[in-house]
Amino acid sequence: MTQYIVLSAILFTIGCVGVLTRRNAIVVFMCVELMLNACNLAFVAFAKQHGNLDGQITAFFVMVVAAAEVVIGLAIIMTIFRTRRSASVDDASLLKY
Amino acid sequence: MNLLSQSVLRAAEGTEIPVVAPDAGAGGVFDLLWLVIALPLLGAFLLLGVAPFLKGSLKEAVDKHGHLLGTATSVASFVLSLVLFVSLLGRGEEERQIGQQLWTWFETATISVGMDLLYDPLAALFLLLITGVGSLIHVYAIGYMEHDPRRRRFFGYLNLFVAAMLTLILSANFVGLFLGWEGVGLASYLLIGFWQHKPSAAAAAKKAFVINRVGDIGLSLAIALMFATFGTTDFAAVSEVAGEADQGTLNALGLLLLLGACGKSAQVPLQAWLLDAMEGPTPVSALIHAATMVTAGVYLVVRSNFIYELTPVAQTAVVVVATVTLLWGAILGCAKDDIKKALAGSTMSQIGYMMLAAGLGPAGYPYAIFHLLTHGFFKANMFLGAGSVMHGMNDDVDMRHYGALRKAMPVTFLTFAMGYLAIIGFPGFSGFWSKDRIIETALAENLFVGLLALLGAGITAFYMTRLMLMTFFTEKRWAKDVHPHESPKVMTFPLIVLAALSVLGGVLLLGDWIKKWLEPVTGTVEHHEPPLPAIVITLIITAVVAIGVAAAWFLVGRREIPREAPQDVSFATRAARADLYGDAINDAVVVRPGASLVGGLATFDRVGVDGAVEGGSAAVGGLSSTLRRVQNGFVRSYALSLLAGALLVVLALLAVNLG
Repeated sequence: MTQYIVLSAILFTIGCVGVLTRRNAIVVFMCVELMLNACNLAFVAFAKQHGNLDGQITAFFVMVVAAAEVVIGLAIIMTIFRTRRSASVDDASLLKY
Repeated sequence: MNLLSQSVLRAAEGTEIPVVAPDAGAGGVFDLLWLVIALPLLGAFLLLGVAPFLKGSLKEAVDKHGHLLGTATSVASFVLSLVLFVSLLGRGEEERQIGQQLWTWFETATISVGMDLLYDPLAALFLLLITGVGSLIHVYAIGYMEHDPRRRRFFGYLNLFVAAMLTLILSANFVGLFLGWEGVGLASYLLIGFWQHKPSAAAAAKKAFVINRVGDIGLSLAIALMFATFGTTDFAAVSEVAGEADQGTLNALGLLLLLGACGKSAQVPLQAWLLDAMEGPTPVSALIHAATMVTAGVYLVVRSNFIYELTPVAQTAVVVVATVTLLWGAILGCAKDDIKKALAGSTMSQIGYMMLAAGLGPAGYPYAIFHLLTHGFFKANMFLGAGSVMHGMNDDVDMRHYGALRKAMPVTFLTFAMGYLAIIGFPGFSGFWSKDRIIETALAENLFVGLLALLGAGITAFYMTRLMLMTFFTEKRWAKDVHPHESPKVMTFPLIVLAALSVLGGVLLLGDWIKKWLEPVTGTVEHHEPPLPAIVITLIITAVVAIGVAAAWFLVGRREIPREAPQDVSFATRAARADLYGDAINDAVVVRPGASLVGGLATFDRVGVDGAVEGGSAAVGGLSSTLRRVQNGFVRSYALSLLAGALLVVLALLAVNLG
């Protein structure tokens, strides 16, 4: 049990650090997916331990949401790349004070 | 002071205060009572409310002939008043209070105010005076305002005034009285400032309005106090229950009503507006500021007799105010070179006499009203005479530019002379009877006040003789291009009628008629014997008047009158020319402290309130412009703050759950 949780924590941390440090939008996106899946792992693990299906169901929901998010997110990234020839998140900083 | 109040207290004892008990079902001609007010009101509505919206030839016709409509409504009102008066004469003494309930004006859970009228002997006399003198002055104004392009409007205002004044007189409760009270104030304001293109007229109108507001506060507070104490302001109800109120309330009521009366009747300390009010056209001065409106204060005191009889304090205050005013006005009259202002000072002084009589209680009420009527005749007569003189002298009002007008204007001179003889109290003329009775009553009630009133009679004789000499006698001092001429018939006719009334007004006193007539309103009183037989007092008064006339002859008539007012005059003359520093006192006591207070408040508002509000908003603005730097557009920094926030939430949850 502990192993699952530790793995989930490690994966989440990697994802978190990736989101904060990487500039490439695609990589940031992958890191977000990593964090989501780390959560899924934790959900499933806990579901197994508690012996009910709540966590499993939640994991399915997360997957559906992640799929929708990927569709929209990738579309946005594609559009930005087409207009600016860059996928760096720091370049798209016009929406500010 | 002690002497004074004791004497007035004595007068209040053994007095039966009559209760107002109107008979609502009189029927007959009395059902038309409302029409007396409605007629001039209709005239005012047509001339002021409808006429401005007319177009083309119709409008021209109304502008050209509107004055006839205004005069007709006033005359019709007079005829109706006359019929009503005769009908009232025909009723028994006990049935001479007639009520008419028109409609409920407003109603709340606890109070109800009706639009009710009360026609009694007091109102009957006032109705005749207002509509009678009012109609004569309407006729006079046809000639006087002939060349004024706004004559239609002028007559509309006059009708409005008459309607408001009649409302004041006929109302059966204090709220309705207040409606008329404010109405005449408005009409007075509009008419003083009728020639609004003159800054002095506009300022005078404003001054009259503002000073009258001070008095009106007194009256409205009195009404509020009546609602609080009695739950009603009907004369009938209040006169019945007034005795049950405690002394403090009654004193306050009396003094507040007196404040109202002071404002409207130009009594000290609210006297300063009356002399300036002479900026209005002369018919206005005659009607509003001599014969009718300014006597409303006297009416108020006499009408509220059921309150004043119970409060010796307020009665004493009335006497003091009246005595001061009658001397104050007389002194002003002695120094003014402006003929209308000299007459205005005289008006103030004569109203002082009426107030004095009214303050003396039931013994004086009939004489207050008697003097009010005779004064209405002779003062309107003299004001219209002064207007006629101005008409002939190219609107010059300075008596130093007159002189020897008796030959140029014989009718004006003769009618004016009748008014003059009446006001100084020449034996046989109306003023002689009325003033004589007031001084007699004053002497009987209080020697000191009586002597001051006697002194006032002497000063009256002096200033009126001075006015007469400077205007109609002495040598010509006319300006070069002035050609005095007699006024047209439409102006001299009212003069003749009023002169006849000035001479004959005394008949009202025959057999003490007016005293008996007013008894249902003013009550009976045990008679106080004056300190001397009446005939001796009359002789003394006549002697004092003769001294006043002689003094004027020696000081004014025999000497050469310079065309410019001499400047090296005594302190007394300078003071009187400056209205006894009435304006200066107002300025020092009210205007300047008021201005400082307002200035202080404005500074506090600007520095204190605005400072706090604007400082607060500046602080919030500065803080938010610093905070918005956080929105820097970098997604990763948002992500970091998101993470920090999430960590914070987690830590908090942990702290709560584990702690």
